[in-house]
Amino acid sequence: MLKAIIELKRTGDIAAVNDIIPYAGVIGLESFEDQEGIVTVVRHRPSNIGNTILPALHGGVVGALLEHAAIIHLLWEAEIDSIPKIINLSIDYLRPCRAADTFARGTLIKQGRRIANLRVEAWQADPAKPVATAHTHFLMR
Amino acid sequence: MEPSPPPPDFDRLREIFEAIPHCRELGLEVVSIAEGKGIIRLDYHKRLVGNPERGYLHGGAITTVLDTVAGMAVLSALPEDTPIATLDLRIDYLGPAAPGRPVLASAHCYRRTASVAFVRAIAYHDDPDEPIANGVATFMLSATGFSISEAARVDREC
Repeated sequence: MLKAIIELKRTGDIAAVNDIIPYAGVIGLESFEDQEGIVTVVRHRPSNIGNTILPALHGGVVGALLEHAAIIHLLWEAEIDSIPKIINLSIDYLRPCRAADTFARGTLIKQGRRIANLRVEAWQADPAKPVATAHTHFLMR
Repeated sequence: MEPSPPPPDFDRLREIFEAIPHCRELGLEVVSIAEGKGIIRLDYHKRLVGNPERGYLHGGAITTVLDTVAGMAVLSALPEDTPIATLDLRIDYLGPAAPGRPVLASAHCYRRTASVAFVRAIAYHDDPDEPIANGVATFMLSATGFSISEAARVDREC
């Protein structure tokens, strides 16, 4: 998996990273680069709904997006010689996450020799109104 | 003093949780419910893998089962018309889920105030004393969120 990712980094094909992760296809995770860096999106699909009343995404899907955005950011931006392992994830749910595409961007706050700390923000229509944020630690080796 | 409203019907709560679209997508099954407590099972499926080399489930699937069981534990202790919304959820990943094995997630809503419910949750294979993930969550009560009576109404209309 590491080899495949390093090869994709070399060719710059960030979208293809999710093709090798089965779960990414189940909830509809995609990644792309914009002018500010890497964005990971979970596409709206009825099977991601957790609350049929509002309707809103399942909190677990929002958590999955935040975690995935963090790992994609690390895989792409950090020097890796193994697949980073998640240590913990702390999610704050700020607003109802409606049935629509949801975007997330990770920021590497600190990369030490063994530990990386990231902050991730998720939004829908307006990046200035985040629906959820997270901070997370990864073990780099 | 007014009598406190009865806890919800647990069979109905089970049906409502198993009917949640994303819970169906992952095949979550309610194992047990008691007042303020619950256990949910996530079976291993290759499609839920995050690391194909090792066959480990994606953390998102573990997060989903923990969030679900925590919410169910809160609702099991509340009157049916009380909506709840997750405020936050923090998870320590203690080790990867073993490929091929089902994951159980157990939650306990151990404290409730007028506005907030506090929950502890763990994910494990066989032995709760050897968890693969440990979670803590808080829920806002009477928020714009998920209630049993509303969910039942929507299910009937669908």
